[in-house]
Amino acid sequence: MSVILSWDTWRLLLAGTVVTVELTASLLAVGLVLGVLVALGQAYGPRPLAALCSSYERFFRAMPILVLLIVLNYGLAFLASTYELLWLRLPAFAVAVLAFGLHSSAYQSQIFRGAIRAIKPGQLLAARALGMTRWQAIRYIVLPQALRLAIPGWSNEYSGVLKDTSFVFAIGVTELTRQGWQIMQRTREVFLIFITVALIYLVLTYLGTWLLEWVERRWGVPGLTGQRQEEYGRVI
Amino acid sequence: MSSNIVVRVEDLHKRYGNEEILKGVSFTVRQGEALAIIGPSGTGKSTLLRCINRLTEPDRGRIFLEDTEITSPHVDINKIRQQIGFVFQDFNLFAHLTALDNVRLGLMKVKGFSKKEATERAMHELARVGLAEKAHAYPAQLSGGQQQRVSIARALAMDPKVMLFDEPTSALDPELIGEVLQVMQELAEEGMTMIVVTHEMGFARSVCDEVIFMEKGVIVEQGPPEQVFLNPQQPRTRQFLGKISELYGGAR
Repeated sequence: MSVILSWDTWRLLLAGTVVTVELTASLLAVGLVLGVLVALGQAYGPRPLAALCSSYERFFRAMPILVLLIVLNYGLAFLASTYELLWLRLPAFAVAVLAFGLHSSAYQSQIFRGAIRAIKPGQLLAARALGMTRWQAIRYIVLPQALRLAIPGWSNEYSGVLKDTSFVFAIGVTELTRQGWQIMQRTREVFLIFITVALIYLVLTYLGTWLLEWVERRWGVPGLTGQRQEEYGRVI
Repeated sequence: MSSNIVVRVEDLHKRYGNEEILKGVSFTVRQGEALAIIGPSGTGKSTLLRCINRLTEPDRGRIFLEDTEITSPHVDINKIRQQIGFVFQDFNLFAHLTALDNVRLGLMKVKGFSKKEATERAMHELARVGLAEKAHAYPAQLSGGQQQRVSIARALAMDPKVMLFDEPTSALDPELIGEVLQVMQELAEEGMTMIVVTHEMGFARSVCDEVIFMEKGVIVEQGPPEQVFLNPQQPRTRQFLGKISELYGGAR
């Protein structure tokens, strides 16, 4: 058993890492946009829209991601061939982004809903009293605060989905874990390969979390975000 | 403009569920007049004030801002609210914005000022409330009195026809009340039209031109401060003022 991975092995693992990072970034972006819209619908939409958003959120939170991936993949392929809708013939990576994006948007919507609820409602009254429309009040008062308050929860979502992306092997996308698996089948270097894979996930988690902490500090507002316990003296 | 009446309220009614909060309130405020509304808590004073810019929708009755009936369904309420300054009991500053941006936001997004114009105007208003040097502080870095002064500057920047104050000093530590009242007094002296819901009897008495005593959704007594405070006609007004002076040893 060799202790050093060959250059070829490294090359494959890095290729897998790139796919993992691309997939994670894309699904988080899709989930962010949809999640914010769903949260706003739940918080400020008229009753039917709020109910619709809640159903959406519950449905996608209830779906196991593997089921969602397979159903979307075969469902879209079926529709594309039956009705000759060629634009529905998506590459596997796009299907993965869609399935994960929908799933993550349901979770992210709850992160944002919590953040929205943490904003003092009097600020909205003050915005309306200045003559802002409802949408202006949401755009200029609620969103900038909610996005900041959502960062810690978002960091959690990032580290969760990063590892869940390994399910995409089910529709034929080869990311980090799958690469490791394939190399292992060939070389029988079980421990070495998977310890390396685990370390890569660890590094990715650290980097992402660090990046989000940096964003939180960069956009931080005194009294709104990022107070550390030391500022108040240690209570416990 | 019909004479020089800025705000006219006619037979205003408001009910929350079974509880009738306002039972037919009418009054007028003239250009440059400072009107104080006093009375026990829970008698509809704040509801009345919020009806005037329709943050609360009245059930019945009419409200005019100069010649415009703002209770009409055809009116663009966002246009009306730009002309009515509102100061809240708990300040309600935008927590993610500096003092300058709090004052500037409405100018830029509602009135369409350029950033440069808005900055100049906002700095002028901050200077007016004595806080030019705090322009770049966030609300959490300001004292309660400073926050309330910023919120007054925010309302003034919109160049309103009338300023509504909803118990502006009730959330403040006693030693911070003075600085806010002083700003309000200066405004009144400059001729700003104001409606002030307050428990500060000294302010109502020495700064305001007219006082309304309200209880249980109706106006019990109304008149110039000398009359309401020194020679109240209604027994209920006497009783209320008596209790207040017992508490503070003479009207503050």
